[in-house]
Amino acid sequence: MDYLGDIQAFLPGVITALAGLIVIVIESLKKDSSATFWVTVLSLVAALFFSIQSLGTGLDTAFSGMLVHGGAVAFGNVIIVVATLFCVFISEDYLKGINHYYGETYALILFATTGMMCLAGSNDLITLFIGLETMSICLYVMAGLIKDEKSGAEAALKYFLLGAFSTGFLLYGMALIYGATGTTNISAIGAAASTDLLFLAGAALLLVGFLFKVSAVPFHMWTPDVYQGTPTTLTAYFATASKAATFVALIMVLSRALPVMEGLNWQMVFSVIAILTMVFGNIIALVQDNLKRMLAYSSIAHAGYALVGLAAGTPEGYSAVLFYMFAYTIMNIGAFGVIAYYERNKGMDFSEVQNLAGLGFKKPVMGIALSIFLFSLAGIPPLVGFAGKYYVFAAAINAEMVTLAVIGVLASAASVYYYLRVMVYLYFREEHKPVELFNPTLLYKGTIIILAILTLYYGIEPILPASGLMELLNSYGNLGAVTNVLIP
Amino acid sequence: MTVYIFIVLAVLAIASALAMVINKNVVNSALFLVLNMVSLAGIYLLLNAQFLAIIQILVYAGAIMVLFLFVIMLLNVEQEEKLFDKFRVKYFLAFLLGVAVTGQIFYSLAGVTDMLPEISDKMAAVGTVEAVGDVLFTTYLLPFELTAILLTAAVVGALMIAQHKIKRTEEI
Amino acid sequence: MLEIDWFLAVSAVMFTIGIIGVLIRRNAIVIFMCVELMLNAVNLSLVSFASYHGNIDGQILVFFALAVAAAEAVVGLAIIIAIYRNNLSVDVSKINLLRW
Repeated sequence: MDYLGDIQAFLPGVITALAGLIVIVIESLKKDSSATFWVTVLSLVAALFFSIQSLGTGLDTAFSGMLVHGGAVAFGNVIIVVATLFCVFISEDYLKGINHYYGETYALILFATTGMMCLAGSNDLITLFIGLETMSICLYVMAGLIKDEKSGAEAALKYFLLGAFSTGFLLYGMALIYGATGTTNISAIGAAASTDLLFLAGAALLLVGFLFKVSAVPFHMWTPDVYQGTPTTLTAYFATASKAATFVALIMVLSRALPVMEGLNWQMVFSVIAILTMVFGNIIALVQDNLKRMLAYSSIAHAGYALVGLAAGTPEGYSAVLFYMFAYTIMNIGAFGVIAYYERNKGMDFSEVQNLAGLGFKKPVMGIALSIFLFSLAGIPPLVGFAGKYYVFAAAINAEMVTLAVIGVLASAASVYYYLRVMVYLYFREEHKPVELFNPTLLYKGTIIILAILTLYYGIEPILPASGLMELLNSYGNLGAVTNVLIP
Repeated sequence: MTVYIFIVLAVLAIASALAMVINKNVVNSALFLVLNMVSLAGIYLLLNAQFLAIIQILVYAGAIMVLFLFVIMLLNVEQEEKLFDKFRVKYFLAFLLGVAVTGQIFYSLAGVTDMLPEISDKMAAVGTVEAVGDVLFTTYLLPFELTAILLTAAVVGALMIAQHKIKRTEEI
Repeated sequence: MLEIDWFLAVSAVMFTIGIIGVLIRRNAIVIFMCVELMLNAVNLSLVSFASYHGNIDGQILVFFALAVAAAEAVVGLAIIIAIYRNNLSVDVSKINLLRW
C-alpha cells in the first residue's frame, strides 16, 4: 500500500491532528504559553495552503477506499479550515477576556477540525461515523467550557445527551443500510441500492442523524440553548465549520449512496424539511431579544436555505450549497465576532439587543462591520449572502420546484426585520447610560475587517464574467457520475 | 440446542433492558445494564463473533460500566421518588414514538424475511481475532488512527470539564 | 432453526426500550445508560447482519462503535459531574431538554 500517497491526500487533516498533539505537549510543559496559539495558527495556515492546492483536482480515493479527496471535498476542506482559522483568531482575545482561556481548547479545536475533514471526505460509513463522532465529542466539551456557570454546563449536558441520542439513530441507520446492501462503502451502497424497506428505513434513520447535526427542524431543539451557553467565538465555530462539514458529507452521501429511484423521492422529503426549517427558524428569530439566541435561530433558518439546494438534487443545486456554506461561514463568523466584542465590555449584558442602543457610532469599525454582516445574512445585494441565496433558489427553480423557492424568498424577506432591528438599535436609538467600549486588539480588528472585505468581495466576484469560484464549483458537477470509479 | 440458548439469552437481554429502564435505583439500573451487556456477549458467541464477545465484556461491562458505577457512587445520586410523577404528554409521546419506531422496523424487517436465510456458513473464517486484526490495520487504517485522536480528545476534554477549578484562571 | 430476523427483532425491541427510556427518565445518568443500551442494540443488529452477509465490515463497525461509546462515556460523565457541581442535581426535568 502506498501510505505516503494516502497521507498526502489527507495532508490537511494529518497536519491538524499532529498540531493538536503538539499543543497538548506544549500545554503540559508550560501553562498558558502563547506558543499554543501560534502552533495552532501555523498548522491551520499550512492546512489551508494544502487544501487550496488540491482545489482543482478530481475526486479520487485514498486509504483503500476509506476516503475521497479532491473536487467538492477539497472545497469543503477549504471552508472548514478557513472557518477554524478565523475562529481561532477571534477566540484568543475573547477567551482571555472572559477568563476562560485554556490552551487545551486549541487542541480540541484542531482535533475537531481533523474529524470534520474526515467527515467531509468519507467514502465509507465507518469513516463517516468516526469523523462525525470525533467532531461531536470535541464540540460537547467546548460547549461546556464555561463550566462554572449554570448555562455553560447545561448547554454541554443538553448538547451531549441529545447528540448521543441522535448518534444512536445514525448508527442504526448505518446498520440497516449495511444489512440491506452488505457493504459499508458509500459508492458501493449506491450501486447496490434498492427500494426495499430495509434500505429505506436505514436511509431515513441515517438522515435523521445528519439533520440533527445541521439543526434542521424538527431536530433543532438543542441549537438555541447550546449556542447561548457556549463562549461566543466557539459558537461561531459550531455554527459554521461543523455545519459546513456535515453539509459536504450530506452532499457526498446523497449524491452517491442514495440515488433517485422509482417510488423514492428524496427531493420531496428535503423540500418539506427545508420549508419547515426556513419558516420556523425565521419566525422564532423575530421575537428574540438575545443576540446569540437570535443568531442561533437565524442559523437554523440558514440551514433551511442550504437544504433548498439539496432538495433540488441537481449538480447545480449541490454546487449552490457549497457556495452557500462558504458565504454563510464568512458572514456568520463575522457577526458572532462583533457580538463577542460587544459582549466583552463591562457594565451591561451586551448580548441583549436593547443594550446595544447607540453603540454604532462609538467604535465605527465594529459598527460598520456588524452592519455589513447583518445585511449579508439578510440577503441584501451586493453582499455574499445575497449571491448564496440567489444560487440556491435559482437551482430550486431550475429543478422545477418553484413553490419551494417562493417560500424561501418570502421567509428570507421576513428575516430582514430582525436583522435590521439590531441596526436600528445600533444607530437610531439613544444610549441608556454612557458606556466606554474598550479598544479591540489589532488581530481582532484585523480579522473582523478581513471578514467584512471577504463578504463584500465574494458578493461581487461570482457575477463577474471571469469568476474563478463559480467556474470551480460548477466543475465539481455530477458527483453521481463518478460513483463507479470510487468502488475499490 | 442453540435455539434454546438463544431464547434464554434473548429473554435475559430484553428483561434486563426493561428492568434497567423501570428501576428507580440508579445502581440497580447500572447493574441491569451490565447483565444486558453480558447476555449480548453470549448472543455474539452464537453469531460466531468471538472477538467482539470478549471485547464487549472487557470494554462495555468491564470498563464503561465501572466508570458509570464510579460516577454514581461519587455523586451519591438519590433514588428517584417516583418514576412517573404525573401523567404528562411527554410520556404519551415517548410511548407513541417508541411504538412507531418498532412498528416501522418490524415492518421493514418483515418485508425481507424471505430473502434472509439462516446464518451463512461463510462466517466460519470471519469473526476470529485474526480476521478482524487483518483488516483493522490495513483497510481500516484511517478510522483506526482517527480513533486514537478521538480517544485523546475525549481524555483531554474530560479533564478540562471535570477539574474542579483550574487555578490559573484566578491568577490572571 | 435460528433465523436472522430473531436477532434483529431482539435488537429492535432493545432499541425501542432505549428510546422510551431516554424520553421518560429524568435522571441524566440513566438517560445516558439508555443511550448506551441503544448503541448496544445497534451493535447486535450489526453483528447479525455481518454474520448473515458473511463479511467482516459489520463487525469492524461494531469495534469502532465500542471505541466511540467509551469516548462518549468519558466525556458524558465528566459533563454530568460538572453539572452536578453547579446544580447539585442530575434531574433533567429542571434543565428542560426539549425546549423549543
